[in-house]
Amino acid sequence: MGETLTIRLTVNGKAYDRPVEPRLLLSDFLRHDLHLTGTHVGCEHGVCGACTVLLDGEAVRSCLVFAVQADGAEISTVEGLATPSDGSGIPHPEDADLHPIQAAFRESHGLQCGFCTPGILMTLVPFLEENPDPDEEQIREALSGHLCRCTGYQNIVTAVRLAADRMAT
Amino acid sequence: MKPAPFRYVRPSSVDEAISVLAAEGYGAKPLAGGQSLIPTMNFRLAQPAVLVDIDRLDELRGIRDGGGDGATNGLYIGAMTRHSELERSAVVRDRAPLLAEAMPWIAHPQIRNRGTMGGSLAHADPAAELPAVMLALDARIHLRGPAGDRTVQFCDFCTGFFSTALAPDELVTGVEIPPLPAGTGTAFLEISRRQGDFALVGVCAVVTLDAGGVCTRASLTLLSVGDGPVCAKTAEDALRDRTLTPDAVRDAGEAVATIDIDPPADIHASAAYRRQLARVLTARALDTAARRAAGA
Repeated sequence: MGETLTIRLTVNGKAYDRPVEPRLLLSDFLRHDLHLTGTHVGCEHGVCGACTVLLDGEAVRSCLVFAVQADGAEISTVEGLATPSDGSGIPHPEDADLHPIQAAFRESHGLQCGFCTPGILMTLVPFLEENPDPDEEQIREALSGHLCRCTGYQNIVTAVRLAADRMAT
Repeated sequence: MKPAPFRYVRPSSVDEAISVLAAEGYGAKPLAGGQSLIPTMNFRLAQPAVLVDIDRLDELRGIRDGGGDGATNGLYIGAMTRHSELERSAVVRDRAPLLAEAMPWIAHPQIRNRGTMGGSLAHADPAAELPAVMLALDARIHLRGPAGDRTVQFCDFCTGFFSTALAPDELVTGVEIPPLPAGTGTAFLEISRRQGDFALVGVCAVVTLDAGGVCTRASLTLLSVGDGPVCAKTAEDALRDRTLTPDAVRDAGEAVATIDIDPPADIHASAAYRRQLARVLTARALDTAARRAAGA
């Protein structure tokens, strides 16, 4: 292992202080060092969108950011979306406190295997904040940075629209 | 871990970054937004020994209207300004509408949230939108190295396939875009396989009309048809002092496709298909720019 640098950052509101090799990608830091495996790794060159997280509130590819670059940043991952009532950190499917976007995906069958879903959810959080009433074209454009091999996207579009309606009320 | 090991340096000023680059030589690379460099490193196509992280240098960030650092009354954009900042900027929409129109075509929002203007210009991908836009707008690029600052006209900056006039110990600090003359309209068009993919062909059109509707200057710049952004000089010359009738517009598309470009064939498109796209997109972009010029 080469030289390490110590980074300080918060992930889902929790502060961490960790030594990292400069070449460690943020995606691998989240998965291997923090054991937050909800952030998925697909292509690892910025095409598939599975590793999308929020860096200081903006959606980014965590496979195209070195962990050292996130020093001092606030990161949000899919694990931070739901607020489980039992304190387990893992939202139960019957739990009522899924994030409205997660609940809409479940209800609309907006996922099948679920591999691409965490990245898509993270893209949608800032997207729906900026576009609370998106039309279908805007939704499809927002999803364009994500590859889904199961759904054909149709139910994802439906889920986004449902989430927008729920979050507006 | 996918990338090869490297040493990471995060300088606190541009001058410090340059002295690190000068000391390390060819083994060092500046790290801007990383949206082209990091995938290349993930494939181990690039294995720099040292990365000099310039992404947090605030002196390289920002959009300044009028004057900037240069001699003209233009728009100055700092090199580390992110694509998403340019995309949202009202000043850019007002002063450089061609740049504003091109921004949404650059990859996906997640990439635009990290990628920087200076990084894209220094990378000089022949399929990239920003080099073509800067060439079309006759921008001047600002560079700084151990010997100090210098500016280069953008047409002299792009020297070939992924190649620029930038020395290994120099940084792009910004660009200066001159104001558009009165009666000028611009248009950007591109075709890609899917939303956010690299362009198969893209066209920038800048048209200036006099009071009688005669074209006094036309600029046509294409991307993804050569080693870098390509100026369609034959078509531009043929448009000068002409009224942009449907025939003139069609002739310009024909001249671009058959004389001005020699597009590559690759897995994405044949050369013949690129010529056809260039023919059609040039005519459309020219027509749109001329309409906008007439209304300007």
